[in-house]
Amino acid sequence: MNDISFYQEYWWFLISLLGALLVFLMFVQGGQSLIWTLGRTEEQRRMLLLATGRKWELTFTTLVTFGGAFFASFPLFYSTSFGGAYWVWVLILLCFVVQAVSYEFQLKRGNVLGTTTYRIFLLLNGILGPLLIGTAVGTFFTGAEFVVNKAAVANPAMPVISYWASSWHGLEAALVPQNLMLGMSVLLLTRVLACLYFAGNIADEALRENCRRRLPLESGFFLLFFLTWLVRWLLSTGFAYMPDSGLVYLSPYKYLNNLLEMPSVLTLLLVGVLLVLGGMAGGMLGKRRAFWSAGAGAVLTVLALLLCAGWNHTAYYPSVTSLQSSLTIANSSSGIFTLKTMSVVSLIIPFVLTYIVWAWRALDKAPITPQEVREEH
Amino acid sequence: MEPIDSSLVDWSRAQFALTAMYHWLFVPLTLGLGVVMAIMETLYVRTGREFWKRTARFWMKLFGINFAMGVATGIILEFEFGTNWSNYSWFVGDIFGAPLAIEGILAFFMESTFIAVMYFGWNKVSKRAHLASTWLTIIGATLSAWWILVANAWMQHPVGMEFNPDTVRNEMVDFAAVAFSPVAVVKFCHTVTSSWVLGAVFVVGVSCWYLLRGQHREFALSSIRVAAWFGLAASLLTAHTGHLSGRDIALYQPMKLAAAEGLYAGGTEQGLVLGGILRPGADWTAGTDDERFLLKVELPYALSYLATHDLHGYVPGIRNLLEGGYKLPDGSVALSAEEMMKRGRVAIDALAVYRSTENPEEKAAALTTLRQNFPWFGYGYLKSPRELVPPVPLTFYSFRIMVMLGGYFIVLFAGLLLLGQRVTRWKPVQLAVVLTIPLAWLASQAGWVVAEVGRQPWSIQGLLPNVAAISRLDTGSVQTTFFIFLVLFTLLLVAELSIMGKAIATGPEPEST
Repeated sequence: MNDISFYQEYWWFLISLLGALLVFLMFVQGGQSLIWTLGRTEEQRRMLLLATGRKWELTFTTLVTFGGAFFASFPLFYSTSFGGAYWVWVLILLCFVVQAVSYEFQLKRGNVLGTTTYRIFLLLNGILGPLLIGTAVGTFFTGAEFVVNKAAVANPAMPVISYWASSWHGLEAALVPQNLMLGMSVLLLTRVLACLYFAGNIADEALRENCRRRLPLESGFFLLFFLTWLVRWLLSTGFAYMPDSGLVYLSPYKYLNNLLEMPSVLTLLLVGVLLVLGGMAGGMLGKRRAFWSAGAGAVLTVLALLLCAGWNHTAYYPSVTSLQSSLTIANSSSGIFTLKTMSVVSLIIPFVLTYIVWAWRALDKAPITPQEVREEH
Repeated sequence: MEPIDSSLVDWSRAQFALTAMYHWLFVPLTLGLGVVMAIMETLYVRTGREFWKRTARFWMKLFGINFAMGVATGIILEFEFGTNWSNYSWFVGDIFGAPLAIEGILAFFMESTFIAVMYFGWNKVSKRAHLASTWLTIIGATLSAWWILVANAWMQHPVGMEFNPDTVRNEMVDFAAVAFSPVAVVKFCHTVTSSWVLGAVFVVGVSCWYLLRGQHREFALSSIRVAAWFGLAASLLTAHTGHLSGRDIALYQPMKLAAAEGLYAGGTEQGLVLGGILRPGADWTAGTDDERFLLKVELPYALSYLATHDLHGYVPGIRNLLEGGYKLPDGSVALSAEEMMKRGRVAIDALAVYRSTENPEEKAAALTTLRQNFPWFGYGYLKSPRELVPPVPLTFYSFRIMVMLGGYFIVLFAGLLLLGQRVTRWKPVQLAVVLTIPLAWLASQAGWVVAEVGRQPWSIQGLLPNVAAISRLDTGSVQTTFFIFLVLFTLLLVAELSIMGKAIATGPEPEST
């Protein structure tokens, strides 16, 4: 297999899968955003935080690996987006910096900032993390304001190959309603997943009842935002490129056509959405394992959407400032040697997933109880 | 198009240095303390003594407090390659990204999965599974160090790649050369063993604090015994790998060696400066061979031996490196900085022609010129040979701090092992050991200052200077984020120290639990 396009598509699949797993694992963030909503007593809040506290590292690691894998496989995206949409990425990073210490520090003696401060940090991370990541990913479909000019390397006075055309450096993405709707959808999905996770993993009837009551509201708002976004997305004009010349052009109904031209991706999307809906319904009916249905659905749905962004000759990071600067998996990837080498390394992923499953099951085999929370602290 | 603002380069560097230095306050303790606590848990599983479990759990508690800060500061570092060094990310992303991705897949997941079992799994998995989780946590952390140090070593000595003028970037052609470069192996060993030293100093320091206060005697003595053996072995390994690292620097980064030694005019039979005071305000970038030291103590021939394994070997000084004309180990004659800059500009101009012309003959000629002059490509971005000289005083003094403290740690661990239980009677020794704790961090930070400041102005040695590696941002944005990070990290550091202090004051769990 010496065709670079195979490896580009394979790595776009892995990036999409990591992105999908990240959205699923952000149930941790969803849970943090509900600390005060679901936890009416201090003991309940501690149970909520103990439940997400055992998992936050996985979400964090998935985010870091997502960044590393993007860097390795599509370095031009890393270079263009991170260096250009500076403020969006810095805000996202800051959200995760404060999260990283909050679980460990919040209840420790000598905590000079106070427990409430760390819980506010967790709340901020819980709301802004998914909202900003969702909004940033929205630009994969609506475009961003950048210019790429590789010839600049030969200009010693200004050798930087890409620059951002907006002085807002990425914050302008939040002014695009379609991006914001995706951001809200991601946030609400993480909150739905969190309600389902708590209901299945915490042995406290009052708390479970709080989760069940909260679920219809969160699910309703999620469906409102997501379905609106989805319909607009299907009807939108997308960014395509010609496989031979690499020329980027606007293509009406591009994402709808992508789904029709890639039936397997369409199937992923439909199954994913059905599983999410099934999970929500199961949760409302009190099914303890509804989290897994909705979680699997979330992974499949996000995977399908991200595959639509990059596969089928689609520009996954369109430039609305300079159309031909748009990034595609063909013009932004690493070379074939690096992609091949990384593909060999990726064979270890099933092994990694195996030990994650073992650890997850070991820690979650018995639900968290109030007694356990008292012993932890 | 406006040229790059030099203050943008300075602030981008400052921000990266700030983040890296904060990050490096926590990582070495994770690596060092992690091994100590894993050894203690191993003793618990082997002997069945609850004492070792309590001991391991105490150090684990401190490990956790520190680990969180390492994670918090680490995520910024990874993404700063994109946010602040975007041109770098494209120019060498094909090579540099791979170790970061492998770090995530191989190391971070291992670390983050098993640390949860380590903290929350005491009553949920078997004793042996828990011990395995503890070891896998620290193995994950060490593997993570491996890959990030592979990436760093590649920046110090780029290998295994070729420049592709069509994509305008360097592309990897030999993964093994990148992943197992001798510079990377030595750097990893030196960095990890020095982190073990820091972890061991921390453990003996905290334990001596208990002895000073007359608390937790058995706990303290047992911890000192384990940590002192571990620390002594690690210190000796650090010294050895430091020597190997010096040899690498002499071969691949002679300007860094010259700066670290304060060597302006080189020659044969060079002595190693054991200690000295540089003349304030001396110009290290030009001038005559006047004495640039107010005071120095030298070990004759030692620098020549270190650099060339020959007592009479030739070691170039800063002036020689700028002026060229001396004989290189391969027999060729060193070029002057001016000549290298000239060839670099020829390479860059050839790239411009290659990119712009449609004429096949012109394209082929441009490609030939580019390939002939590519070894000096990065020099073409420099405006003056003076830019090639790193800040000498900072490099010189940092090097001496690192080496002297490294020697002191060997004496410290050996002394503690010789004293054994008698250390309980020697209050001044206990106090000295407690006061040594911050010195371990000083040595560790000084080591990185030598490594990173000493290689300026290069982001990638000889290939890409900082000025061509940055993101095109307004300086104000970078200044703002610099101060945001400074305030946030400092606040969190204060919080961490306070929590750590309380946890130490509380001590290990009482025996009844």
